[in-house]
Amino acid sequence: MIEPGDDGRFGEFGGRFVPEALMPACLELEAAFRAAWADPAFREEYDQVLREYAGRPSPVTECHRLSEQLGVRVLLKREDLNHTGSHKINNVLGQALLTRRMGKPRVIAETGAGQHGVATATAAALFGLDCVVYMGAIDVERQALNVFRMRLLGAEVVPVDSGSRTLKDAVNEAMRDWVASVETTHYCLGSVMGPHPYPWLVRELQSVIGAEAREQCHALLGGADPDVVVACVGGGSNAAGIFAGFVDTGAELVGVEPAGGAAIGRGVPGVVHGMRSYLLQDEYGQVAEAHSISAGLDYPGVGPEHAHLATIGRARYEAVTDAEVLDAFQLLARTEGIICALESAHALAWVAREPSLRGRTVLVNLSGRGDKDVAEVERLLR
Amino acid sequence: MTGVRTDHGALEAHLRARRAEGRKLLVPYVTAGLDDRWLETLAAVAAAGADAVEIGIPFSDPVMDGPTIQEASARALANGATPPGVLAELGRAGLDVGVPLVVMTYYNLAFRAGHHRFASSLAEAGIAGAILPDLPLEESEGWESAAAAAGIEPVLLAAPVTPDGRLRRICERSRGFVYAVSRMGITGERASVAESAGVLVRRIRALTDTPVLVGFGVSTPQHAVEVCSARGAGADGVIVASALLRRLLDGGGPDDAATFVATLRDAIDTEAD
Repeated sequence: MIEPGDDGRFGEFGGRFVPEALMPACLELEAAFRAAWADPAFREEYDQVLREYAGRPSPVTECHRLSEQLGVRVLLKREDLNHTGSHKINNVLGQALLTRRMGKPRVIAETGAGQHGVATATAAALFGLDCVVYMGAIDVERQALNVFRMRLLGAEVVPVDSGSRTLKDAVNEAMRDWVASVETTHYCLGSVMGPHPYPWLVRELQSVIGAEAREQCHALLGGADPDVVVACVGGGSNAAGIFAGFVDTGAELVGVEPAGGAAIGRGVPGVVHGMRSYLLQDEYGQVAEAHSISAGLDYPGVGPEHAHLATIGRARYEAVTDAEVLDAFQLLARTEGIICALESAHALAWVAREPSLRGRTVLVNLSGRGDKDVAEVERLLR
Repeated sequence: MTGVRTDHGALEAHLRARRAEGRKLLVPYVTAGLDDRWLETLAAVAAAGADAVEIGIPFSDPVMDGPTIQEASARALANGATPPGVLAELGRAGLDVGVPLVVMTYYNLAFRAGHHRFASSLAEAGIAGAILPDLPLEESEGWESAAAAAGIEPVLLAAPVTPDGRLRRICERSRGFVYAVSRMGITGERASVAESAGVLVRRIRALTDTPVLVGFGVSTPQHAVEVCSARGAGADGVIVASALLRRLLDGGGPDDAATFVATLRDAIDTEAD
C-alpha cells in the first residue's frame, strides 16, 4: 500500500490541518501507533481480540443465485458478520488498544448512522474506557435504536445541533471536545479521514479485510485474484481496508459513492476536518451538505488516500442513486438471503448496473448488516 | 530572543508603537456580515478604544469556535455573507477606522480562492493581517509567502501544549503579533482566565519581542485586566470575541458594542499595571 510521507500526504492529499493545540497530539498519536504497529506483542493482542471477540476472519461468500441473475461472478467479503455488524469494529478495537497503551482513560467518537458509535462504545466497554459519542441531532432521530445501543453500552451520546446536524457536524464537535481534552482523551476517528496519522492508521487497522479476502479469493479462485474489487465510499474506510489487499495486484479497484455525496465525483480539492482532499463545497469554500439514503455515507469529504488513488488512476470512483441502492438492497435479500446495510448496497448497486462486469469475477465488500436500515427501507418502499 | 526583526508590517509597527506608549492592546472581534450594521459596529468598536479590530469571515465549519461564534457565523452565512461579498462591502465603505484590521477565518476559504488571490483580496479591502487557526506551521509556508507578497501579516497561534521547539518557530514566523491561546479548548466565554495563559505568555516573551496578545475565554473587563497585568498573565493585550458577539446576538447594536469595548478599555487603562 501507499505509505504517506512525513507530512502525512498521499500525493497532494492528506496532511495535518489542525489547530496548534492538536498538533502535539497528532504527532504523539503517530509515534505511538508506529511503535505499537511494529510491536509483535501489540499485533498479537490485536489479532487475538479480532479473532476471539470480533469473530474474525469474516468469510467470503460466493453468491450463486445473484451471480446467475447478473451474469457476474459475485463474491462477498462478509464484514456484516463481525460483532456489532460492520467493519467498524476492526478499527475501534485497534484504537482502543492504542488508547490503553497511551495511558488515556477516555475516548470520543463521531458517528453518522451510529455504526462507528456503537463499535466505539463496544470497545470502550470491553476495555473499561469512558466514552462520549457525538452524533448529529438529525441522525439521533433517524437512528434512535443505535442511540439506545450506545447508551446500553455505557456511552454518553451527545446530539449535535450545529450546522447541518449530521456527520460532518459531529466531526466538528468531536474535534472541539478533543482540543479541550486532548491530554486525557483519544479521538477514535471512524474513517480514513481527518489529519495524519488517522487516514493511514485507520487503513492499517482495516487492512485485515483485504489481507483475509485476498487469501480467501486465492483459495476459491485457484490462486487467482478477482478481476474487480468493489466497496462503498463515504469517508472510505471499508474500501481502504479491502483495497489494501489488492492494490499491488492486477485487480481493478472501484469505490462507489452516493450520487448526493460524491466527493470524488463532484467535489474539488479542499481542506476540512484536518485533511486536504476532495470536498463538496461552494465556490467560496463553504462546505456543502451531502445527501444520501444512508446516514453513514452522508459526508461531504472523502479520505485523502482515495483522492490520491483516483488522481493516479489506480482506483476509480462511481456514483449510484438512492433508487439504485434500494433495488440492490432488495435484490441481495431475495437472491442470497442477506439484508445488508444501505451503505454496502451502494457497492452492489454499481455491480448490478455495470455492463462491463459480465462474465467477470467481482469481490464486493459487504461492509455491514442492514438491521439498522430495515425500518427506513420499509418507510421508503411503502 | 531570536534575532530582532526590523521589517515590521503596518499591523506590527502599529501595535509596537502603541505598546511603546505604555498602552495595553485591545482587539475586539466582529463577525463580518452578521447583520446589515456590521460595518457600523466595526467603526464603533474601533472608536471606543480598540487598537486593532479582528474581522471574522464566517466559515461553515468553525472547529475552533464555541457556540457564540458558531451562531454568529451561521447567522452571517444565512444572511448571504461570502468572503468576496463582505470584503467588497468593507472596501466600498472606505472606512478609515484609524486602527489596523485583521481577518480571522478558516483555511479552506484561502485554499479555495487560491493563496495569492485571497491575500490580494484582503489587501484590497484594507486588511493588514490574517489569522487562520486551522493552519499549523507545517502547512502554512505557502500561505505565509503569498500573504507576505500581498502585504498581509500572517498571525500564528501558540497553544499551552506547544513544545519549545515549535514555539520558537511560531515566534520566528508570526507577523503582526503572536496569538497566545489562553487555554486548551475552543473560543467562548469563561468564568475565569486559565493559569496556562500566563505560562504561555512568559514562554513566548523569552523567545521574541513581537507583541503577544491573549485570546479565547477573555470575557470580562476583569479578565482583560488580569491578562494584561504583570501580576497576571503579563500579555501585551487581549482579543475579545464571544463576550462582544453575545451582546450583538442578543440584539445589541453598534452602541452596545462600543459601550462594552469602552468598558474594557477603561479597565485595562486604569487597572492593568
